[in-house]
Amino acid sequence: MKKILGIFGLLVAVFALTWAIEPKFASSYNLQNIIRWTSLFGIVSIGAAFVIITGGIDLSIGSLIGLVGCLLPLCLGAGYPPLVAILAVCGLSLLVGLLHGLLITRVHLQPFVVTLCGLLLYRGIGRWVTHDQVQGFGSSYEHLRVLAIGKISLFGQFALPVPFIILVILGIAAAVFLNRTIWGRYLLALGRNEEAARYSGVPIERMKVLAYIICSGTAGLGGMLFALDVNSVQPAGQGNFYELYAIAAAVLGGCSLRGGEGSILGVIIGAAVMRVLYNAINVLGIPTQLEFAIIGIVILTGVIADEIIRRIAARRSD
Amino acid sequence: MALLEARAIEKSFPGVRALHRVDLSIERGEVLALIGENGAGKSTLMKILAGIQSPDAGEIRIEGTPVHIDSPRRAGELGIALIHQELNLCDNLSVAANISLGREAQRRGFMQLRTIERDARDALAQIGLAVDPSTPLSQLSIAQQQMVEIAKALSTQARIIVMDEPTSSLTNEEATALFAVIDELREQGVSIIYISHRLGEVCQLADRVCVLRDGENAGQLTREEIDRDRMISLMVGRDVDQLYTRASHGAGPVALEVEELVVPAWPQHALSFSIHRGEIVGIAGLVGAGRTELLQVLFGLVPALGGTMRVEGTPLVPRAPADAIRAGLGLLPEDRKLQGLVLEMSVRHNIGLPGLRPHALRGGLVNRERETSDSKRAVEQLGIRTPHIDQQTRHLSGGNQQKVVLGKWLSLNPTVLFLDEPTRGVDVGAKEEIYRLMEELAGRGVAILFASSEMEEILGMADRALVMHEGRISGQLQRGELSEEAIMQLATGRAA
Repeated sequence: MKKILGIFGLLVAVFALTWAIEPKFASSYNLQNIIRWTSLFGIVSIGAAFVIITGGIDLSIGSLIGLVGCLLPLCLGAGYPPLVAILAVCGLSLLVGLLHGLLITRVHLQPFVVTLCGLLLYRGIGRWVTHDQVQGFGSSYEHLRVLAIGKISLFGQFALPVPFIILVILGIAAAVFLNRTIWGRYLLALGRNEEAARYSGVPIERMKVLAYIICSGTAGLGGMLFALDVNSVQPAGQGNFYELYAIAAAVLGGCSLRGGEGSILGVIIGAAVMRVLYNAINVLGIPTQLEFAIIGIVILTGVIADEIIRRIAARRSD
Repeated sequence: MALLEARAIEKSFPGVRALHRVDLSIERGEVLALIGENGAGKSTLMKILAGIQSPDAGEIRIEGTPVHIDSPRRAGELGIALIHQELNLCDNLSVAANISLGREAQRRGFMQLRTIERDARDALAQIGLAVDPSTPLSQLSIAQQQMVEIAKALSTQARIIVMDEPTSSLTNEEATALFAVIDELREQGVSIIYISHRLGEVCQLADRVCVLRDGENAGQLTREEIDRDRMISLMVGRDVDQLYTRASHGAGPVALEVEELVVPAWPQHALSFSIHRGEIVGIAGLVGAGRTELLQVLFGLVPALGGTMRVEGTPLVPRAPADAIRAGLGLLPEDRKLQGLVLEMSVRHNIGLPGLRPHALRGGLVNRERETSDSKRAVEQLGIRTPHIDQQTRHLSGGNQQKVVLGKWLSLNPTVLFLDEPTRGVDVGAKEEIYRLMEELAGRGVAILFASSEMEEILGMADRALVMHEGRISGQLQRGELSEEAIMQLATGRAA
C-alpha cells in the first residue's frame, strides 16, 4: 500500500503541475483522452505484471498487439462474423501465451529469449499477411468500435470511455485473482522462491504457463481495442514499444523484476503516469522529440526514490 | 605472544545475537580445533577473521598489533586464509590459474604465464600434491580440489589457515592424506584453525580445542584434556542424554512401505523399507550417501526409476510434491532458506502455503480464516518466537525459521513426515524443542523419517536407523543395536 502511495503521489504531482501551467489540460475532452489511453495501456500492463511477478518477462506484447490489430480487420474483411473473428484472435493470443509458457517451462529456455523471438516473429507475420498494407474497419463495425471509442455520459460534458469500464472489470478480476485465490498466492510465492514453492507442493510449471497465457491474453484484448481505436493499423508500427510501456508501468506500479511483488492498482496507476506524462508533453508544447527522454527520466527518478525510501525503511526496522 | 588474538568479539544480526564476548587465540604452528553445535557461532567468528563480516565490538591483534580486518583482501594481506566448506574455485580454469586467481603475475596487464605456473608448482610441492598446474580443475577429485585451495592459501603466504569442515566430503583415505598435510604445515609453522563436527578427527589432530556454545566461549581443552565426553558436555552444556527425551512408542500399523525403489542418482540399487505410525526412523550416512536424494524421490520432487510406494496400503506414484502432500506426506527440506521458506513472505503465508489447495474455498479462494488460525496454532504449539504472524520469516532466527517450516505441515495432519537435517544451523535450545516436537508428533501417530549427519541425533532420537552408503541401504539397526561404531561400519561400507 505504501508503494502505491508513492506512485500515486507522482501521478498527482505531474497532473497538478501540468494543470497549473496549462489549464486546458483538465478539459473534459483531454481527460477523456487520457483515461481512454490509460485504460488501453492499463489492460496490457496488467497482463505484463503477471509475468513479471513470476520473475519472467514478455517482450512480445507490442508485436502481438500489432499482429492482432492486423488480423482482426483481415478476418472481418474476409467475411467472417465479428464474433468468430474476435474468438479467433483471442484464441490465437492465448495459444501464443501457451507456447511461450511451454517453451520456458518444458524446454527450459529463458523468458527473455523466447519472447524476444516472439517479438520478431509476430511482427514479421503481421507485415507478411497484410503485405504491409494499412488495415482498418472503414466506417462499418461501429457497434464493435464502441468497445474502444464509445463513451457513457455521466454528467455535463464528461463521459466515461468504454475501455475504462473494461479496465475496471479486468482490474478487479485480476486483483481478486492475485490477492484472494490460491493461484495468485502461488504466483507470488514462486516469484520469490521457486524452490521453496516447489517443496510446498506448488505446481510451478503450470502456474508459469498460466502467467504467460494471461499476459498474451491481455495483449490480444489490448490489440483488438487499440486497432478498433485507431482504425488504421500500420502493420510495421502498430504496438511498437508497447511491451516497454507495459513493463515500465508494472515496475512503476511496484512490481520487482526479480519477481514475487506487485499490485494491480499500482500497475494501473503506473500506466496512468505514463499516459499523463505523454499527454503533458504534448499539451505543454514541449518538443515531442524529447518525449522518450522525459519519460525515461521520470521513471528513473521514481525507482531511485523508491529504492532510497526502501533502504531508509529497512534501516529503521533493524 | 600469540600469533592471533581476538578479544571480546560481539556480533548481532537482526533478531539474533551470534557472538557475545568471544575470545580466541592461536599460537604459531598450532592446530586449534574450534567446535560447537550448529548455530554456536563458529562460522560467524571465522567470517570475522576472514574479513567477510565485521564485528560490532571487540579487538583483534596479530602479533600484538591491533588490526582492523575489514575485507577479505585485508585478511589475505595479514596472512589469514579461509577454506570454505564449499570450495571457492573456478572449475573452468586450470589449477595454476586458480592458485593465482586475483594476484596473477603481470606486466602491463599481460599475464606472466611462466611465473604463474612456477609459483603454482612450488605451492603444490609444498603440500605434496602431484598434479600438473595446467590441468583443468574440473578433472580433479573434490579432495584434490581442496588441496588446491590449501596450495592457493599457501601461495598467498598465509600464516593462519582456517578450514571449515574440510573432511565433510572426503573419503577416509582422502581425509588421512589431508591430516598428513596438516601435520606438515604445522611443522612449517603455519597455524590451522580447524572447524569440525567430527570429534574423532579433533582428538587426533588438535593441539587445543576451543568450544563455542550459543555464541559464547564454553571452554577450552588442552592437548591432554581432549576427549569426546568433555567436548560433548562443553558443546551441549549438559549431559547428552538430557537433550533427547525419547519415550518408546508401540509401533502402529505400517504408514509407508517402499519396495524396490530406484533413485535416479543410483540406478544400480533398489531400496526397500517400511515405517510404522508412531515410529521415528533415522537415516544415517556420510555426506553424499544418497539420503537427500532418497527423500526427494519419496516426496515426488524427482521421479523414481522404478519400484512402488504405499501410504497406509494405498499405492502412490508421486509425480510432483502436490501428489505426495495429498497422500499425507510432508517434507522439511535440507536447506530451509532455499527450499523451506519464502523468506520475504510472512510466517502466516509460509505456514499456509502447502495447505492452500487442500483448504481452498469454492472458486479457488484462499481460506484466510483457516490460514490465520492454522498459523496461530502452529506459532503457539511450536513456540515460534515472532512478534506477530505477519512478520517476514527472514527476520526470525534459524531455529524459529525451522519451526515455521515444521509448522507448514502440522495443519495437514501428515501420515508420514520426512525431515532432512532437521536441526541444521539451529541453536541448542531450538534443537531441543525440535526433538521434543518430533517426539510429540510420533506420540500422535505420525511416522517420522529423518536424515541426519549428526551421529548423536541418530543415536538419541531414532527407534531404528537405516544406514546408507553410496546410494544403497547398507544396513538397518534397531534401537538396541544402535551405536556409533555400528553406524560407522555400515556408513563406510565396511560391514555387509
